[in-house]
Parts: sequence; structure tokens; C-alpha cells
Amino acid sequence: MGIAKFVTIQSTAVPLPIENVDTDQIIPARFLKATTRDGFGENLFRDWRFNEENEPIKDFVLNDSTYKGKILVAGKNFGSGSSREHAAWAVHDYGFKVVVSSFFADIFKNNALNNGLLPVQVTAGFLNEIFEAIKQDPTTKFEVNLQKQSIIISSLGAREHFDINPYKKECLLNGFDDIDYLLNIKDKIEAFEQARV
Amino acid sequence: MSKTLFDKIWDEHVVTEIEGGPDVLYIDKHLIHEVTSPQAFGGIEKRGISVFRPDRVVATPDHNVPTINQHLPIKDELSRFQVNKLTENCERHDIQLYGLNHPYQGIVHVIGPQLGITQPGMTIVCGDSHTSTHGAFGSVAFGIGTSEVEMVLATQCVMQPKPKKMRITVDGKLGKGVTAKDVVLYIISKVTASGGTGYFVEFAGSAIKSLSMEGRMTVCNMSIEMGARGGLIAPDETTFEYIKGKEFAPKGADFDKAVEAWKLLFSDEDAVFDKEIAFDAADIEPMITYGTNPGMGTKVNGSVPSLNEISEGNRNSFSKAMNYMDLKPGEALIGKKIDYVFVGSCTNGRIEDLREVANFVRGKRKASGVTAWIVPGSKQVEKQAHEEGITEILEEAGFQLRQPGCSACLAMNEDKVPTGKYAVSTSNRNFEGRQGPGARTMLASPLTAAAVAVKGEIVDPREVL
Repeated sequence: MGIAKFVTIQSTAVPLPIENVDTDQIIPARFLKATTRDGFGENLFRDWRFNEENEPIKDFVLNDSTYKGKILVAGKNFGSGSSREHAAWAVHDYGFKVVVSSFFADIFKNNALNNGLLPVQVTAGFLNEIFEAIKQDPTTKFEVNLQKQSIIISSLGAREHFDINPYKKECLLNGFDDIDYLLNIKDKIEAFEQARV
Repeated sequence: MSKTLFDKIWDEHVVTEIEGGPDVLYIDKHLIHEVTSPQAFGGIEKRGISVFRPDRVVATPDHNVPTINQHLPIKDELSRFQVNKLTENCERHDIQLYGLNHPYQGIVHVIGPQLGITQPGMTIVCGDSHTSTHGAFGSVAFGIGTSEVEMVLATQCVMQPKPKKMRITVDGKLGKGVTAKDVVLYIISKVTASGGTGYFVEFAGSAIKSLSMEGRMTVCNMSIEMGARGGLIAPDETTFEYIKGKEFAPKGADFDKAVEAWKLLFSDEDAVFDKEIAFDAADIEPMITYGTNPGMGTKVNGSVPSLNEISEGNRNSFSKAMNYMDLKPGEALIGKKIDYVFVGSCTNGRIEDLREVANFVRGKRKASGVTAWIVPGSKQVEKQAHEEGITEILEEAGFQLRQPGCSACLAMNEDKVPTGKYAVSTSNRNFEGRQGPGARTMLASPLTAAAVAVKGEIVDPREVL
């Protein structure tokens, strides 16, 4: 079936300089009652974004019109905790195509990649540079090039290479889907089952 | 070549390796529940395919079920729809479902072991991060996302990069009042909430071996709380004894044959781990968390760290946590007033946990300011608690005994701790809002939770045993 092909992103970024952002913050459990994949963006960071009266909390970054863009930049260990893929759906549905951090939790990383949301892991030093650049100028543009595996702070020309599994890179660039791949090797799977009996 | 326990199981399940990519791993058991499966069923139906191996899938609703009046239709419309959807999907795809009124229903990680579905040497997945629980039996068990649930429904395989291997050894004898929960909270406080990321952890050593199966499950359950992909413990006589006679365990000669194979599941003496950590059991005391991730824990008679004990890079997160918890750096924890006590979850909702609480509260009464909830992990645990007289003891002590489900561990149903209230909880996560918006969670063992319920404030269980 496939996912949307990942193209090079040039965009401003939204800074969230908080560490250990867990999936309960990204999408609280009470919003997991849906049976489809759509609409989770509405409740992204719900309890940081809205108070008990459902009014926007002014100093939260998503409520500050100074910051916008397709790139979310977060502190280390982003996406820890629950395996809920709803967290990746919420980030993606809100409009982000890339999440940058110095460290990602394993399950979140897999979930993001399976939904065309690119987790870009940078060094702690480069992450600080990014936060600093946004602080100096919220209109700072960034380029994320998956083909070249590079992230660039456009105004400074500062660049860092990021790692990605070559198979996953091909999947994202071409919009391939793991399930299609597995369905294509079904005879191998059946042979494996036979051999184990 | 010598291998770790993890390698032995993983390698035996690799269908094929993708060059430069993940392994295609065959899955022996796939556990599903109502929250992370509907979109996966939707996915395979959209592809026009059916479930590849329905006999390898077991379903139960747990995350989103009420814990009172389970015989009535679920009041919350969305929850009812989601639970009904699971029933429909299981019927349509011929999957074994233990529904809300079935005697086997319960938290998916409690029922798997209890029914003998979980066995050594297996690969087990579930759309839930606490799938690591099953590793206590010497299986490779880990949580997956919904796209991966769809993958397993479609092909009985999952694509996974092979994790690195870590061994955590705890040797020595555990002190009085120190339980499996304290062991794992201690480990996480040392390793940190992200220190295990990228690794699969084998727990070893005499202190781990001394634990019951329930205790081992508690330890493996929380491997994810240090970021690890999963945790496992080599099976031994304790394991075999637990499995023997369970509903879906092999019987008679088949069981003996299975045990022979299970006895080969251990890390070879010279097997190499990517990382090794060792702890001394004598250093472990009853633990409690003070912050907003499970790594922020300390001994119950200790204090919140002072600011200068926190590295500069972590001070923002620490201050944010202190602000949320309304605690002061350096503050002692003993004597802190507690509003709620929750005993339950896939971490500590088993019969042994309920027994421990009942033994402690027998003849005592909960403090008047405390609301105490006990939520059995499964219908079987609930039944056993009735039969053993545990229910009566708990009710006499003023605890509310509810019906099985995940309940206040993640507060998807009505079981929420109100804003600003402090809860001592036997569950696994103290994240902001985890037990309800604004709720302040402190994780501890069932024994500590019981002692706190009686005293109404944080207390060292060793002082009141």
C-alpha cells in the first residue's frame, strides 16, 4: 500500500527543549479510544497545550505563533514510555515531518519510521546549536535531506550527518511499506514454519 | 560459538536477514488488546488479506475496561465501541478472545503466563511496551506499535533491527522488606530512564534467581522503563514448576520433553555482552520514586536529591518534575501525606502481590484520608483472592477491591487520581498525568503501598513489619 514518499524538507522549526518527553505527554491515554489513525494531532501534547478549561496555555510553544514549521526539535530521549503508535500519528497529523533529538526511544523510532515521520538523531552539541539558532531567530530555516542524510542550519551553514538504517531509508524515499515486503516473501515464511515442525 | 540466551532465541527465529536492514523475525505468540489493534485490523482489511496464523494470536480487553459493573454494558461510548470492535475483529478473523465476562479475561501480561501461553524460548509480541514481562520465562518478548501489529497479523513476522545485549547481575541476599519491585526501581534509578535504550537486558545473579516467577515478571516488566527493548531471565526449576499444569502448557511426556529443551536456554559461560552492570543486593532498600520518570527514584527513607546532586544538563528537567510533583529539592520523603494508594497493573497485580498486601493489612485499617484501590490483574487472580480469603481481609481494612483491568495505571477508564493528589502506586510509570491529569504518582512495591495506605503517609515498610 505504501506511505507518502519522503522529500527534502526546508522549514523553520518548533523548539521543545525538554528531555524525556514520554508518549503519555505526546498523546495522553484518554485520547487513545479511536479506532482509526486520523485526527490525533488535535490532542498532541494535550495537557501541556491546554488547561483544565480547555483554554490554550499561552507559554507552551505550540500556542506561540512565533514558532512554526514541519520540524519538531526536542530534548534527549524523545518518545520514551508506552508503545502507542498514536504518539507518532499525533506528531505527524499535527503537520511535523521530522523530529530532531539527540536520542530517541526505540519503539517510538520504529513507529515514526513506519509512518513516514523521520527521526533525526544529532549530537548533543548540534542539538544545542539548533536550539540556540532558533532562540536567536525563530525564522531560522533548516534543511533535512534524507538522500544525503544531512541536516543543515541554513543561515549558519552548519551541517551534521545523521544515521539511518539503509533499508528504512529506501522505504522512506520510495514510500515502500514493510508489510508489502513481508507479503512478498510469504513463501520463505511458510518454508521457515515447515522447517521448524 | 558461544551465545547469550537472547541470541539463542532470536537467531532461531530469524526467517531472513535483510541486507543493511532489520531481521525478519518469526513470532510464536501475538497478544492483542482493544487499544492498539483496531487500526491494524483496519489495515489488513484494506489490503484485502486475512490473518495469516490466527491460532498464534490471543486477545483480551484490558486497557480501556471499567473496573466496576463489568457485567453491564460499558457506559463510556468510545470505550464500548473500542471493546466491541475487538470482539468483532476476533470473530471475523477466528481469533481466541477472552472477553470481559470470560473467566480468563485480564491484563494481557497477567493472563499469558497464568494460562501457560507464555513459555521459555518463545518470541512474543504485543502492542504494549510491557510485553517485556514475559521475558521472566526466558522468552524474547517486546512491545510493538500498531503498524507492527498489522505486520504480525498479516505475516506472523515482524521486522526488527537486532538490539545490543546487556547483562545486569544482582548478587547477594535481599534484605527484609525488600521486594522484586524495589530491585527493579533501584536498577532503573542507577541506569536511568534511558540507559537501556538500544539493548535487550538479561537479568542474572543469585538475587534474581531467588525471586519467584511473579517477582521475576515484575523485574522484566519494567525493563522498558530504563528504555530497554526487553528483559529476560534464564529459565530454571522455579520456571518449570510455575508452568507445570497450566492450561496451555505441554502435559505429561510432552512437558518433560519441553523441559529438556528449555534447560538449554542460558547464556554460555563465555558469551559476550555489549554491556555488563553488576549490583550488590545488600545495597538495595525499599524504594520510591519522587519525580516524573521511573529513573527518578530513591530509597523510601531517603530524600529528594538537592539541586547540586543533579548534573547541569538535567537541572531543567529536574526542576520541571519538582514543580509538577510540588516537592522541594532535598526534601525528606518519610511522613509525606498520601491521598491515594493503587495496587494493581501488569507490574504488581498478581496473586502474590495481593497476598503481600493482605498479609500486611490483616487486622489493620487504612488511614481515613486515603482512598485505596486494589485491582486484580485478571479474573483468575480475582477468583483466587476470593478463595484465599484475601478479598475479605482487604475489604475489612477499607480497601476497594475492583474488577480486573489496567485501571489507574494509565487511567484510560474512570479510575483516575484527581489533579494535585498524591498516589503511591504499584504500577510502572510516574509520568506527568499518567494516572489522571495533574495526578502525582510515586511508584513503590505492594508492601510499601500497603504500609502507606495504613499510615496515610510515606513510611518505611521495615519500620512497621
